[in-house]
Amino acid sequence: MLQVADLYCERQRRMLFEHLSFAVSPGELLLIKGRNGSGKTTLLKILTGLFEDYSGEVTWSLDSWPLFISHKPGVKGQLSARENLTWLARLHQSSVSANQIDDALYAVGLAGFEDVNCDSMSEGQRKRVNLARLFLIDSPAWILDEPLSAIDVDGVALLQERIERYLDGGGMVIMTSHQALELSRETRVINISEPQ
Amino acid sequence: MMFIAAIKRDLLVMFRNPAEVLNPLMFFVIVISLFPLGISPSEKALAEIAPGVIWVAALLATLLSMDLLFRSDYEDGSLEQMAISERPLIVIVGGKIVSHWLMSGLPLTLLSPLLAMMLFVNESGIIAIAISLLLGTPILSLLGAVGAALTVGLRKGGVLIAILILPLYIPILILATELIKTGITGGDYSGHMFWLGALLAFSIGLAPIAASAGVKISLSH
Repeated sequence: MLQVADLYCERQRRMLFEHLSFAVSPGELLLIKGRNGSGKTTLLKILTGLFEDYSGEVTWSLDSWPLFISHKPGVKGQLSARENLTWLARLHQSSVSANQIDDALYAVGLAGFEDVNCDSMSEGQRKRVNLARLFLIDSPAWILDEPLSAIDVDGVALLQERIERYLDGGGMVIMTSHQALELSRETRVINISEPQ
Repeated sequence: MMFIAAIKRDLLVMFRNPAEVLNPLMFFVIVISLFPLGISPSEKALAEIAPGVIWVAALLATLLSMDLLFRSDYEDGSLEQMAISERPLIVIVGGKIVSHWLMSGLPLTLLSPLLAMMLFVNESGIIAIAISLLLGTPILSLLGAVGAALTVGLRKGGVLIAILILPLYIPILILATELIKTGITGGDYSGHMFWLGALLAFSIGLAPIAASAGVKISLSH
């Protein structure tokens, strides 16, 4: 469960949002909308604890850490897909076997690329390596910043299906996206560009 | 263990990117080998300036490589993932500092006897140089990491690191060159050694804490 109460944040003397309150429970998806530069990424960074210059309250009640996919690739070019995922899984304290990593890479359509250095992959493939974490690491909540950018049509469908399955399993998702999501369930949307 | 895993990861990344790692080492060798050409190849002149030349070169070589410690991890978002992970950031930052030293301070130390011989340093002086670098270069990496962490979010962090960190490097430089001078004249330099050791212990205790706090500050822009 995530509860956000009366959040206020400004950057460069410009107010991004005020009186922002919402709650997300297990099994729910919250889509954050807003214009470019309206503070969507800042809001997600506040939720992860990376950005602390705000007032208001953010309360997580989870038994382990949320998974954060930011708009930066998050993978190291000099390491292979497998080495990257081993390291990223370690950061979340889950020890994963080589088989699990291969399965996750297979799931995102990167079978055969396990030992390829991420430097020699395309932008979209690097994004897929990063998204393979969603198939690999157990986490009660996902925070996704533009997960669909640089991803092709197949990839979008794959991710939608994964998000759906995750929500069915009681996960919670907080995400931003400029692309429309086609989920079978109702999605909650907040627009931070508009006054609350 | 996370500490070991962090060291291994950084070493692996550096081994696959050897040019960046070799740059400071090349710098160290080039600077030292230019002095005999620029000043005079006479034994007396070179032996006199050797301690200072070797240490100033080691200090600048470390400073040159310091910016790389967090830069690429910051740019590709790896640092962000480390900061929000369940593992304590200080352990990961500690691992990064150790691997930085293994790829900068340690090779400098191993190369130093050869370069000292080139500068006509006597046998007891060569041992003193190696000891001073072995104790001193980890301090340079540790203190430099604090500067690197604070400046990683800035576009032109390189010069700022130098301004932030050089004042902290100066006591190390003075102590180390005094140690070597005492060593060359055959004196007892255990006092200098203990001081360097004490400063090393002090920075092992505090620098990783300061560096991980610096990383958090840099990430919250």
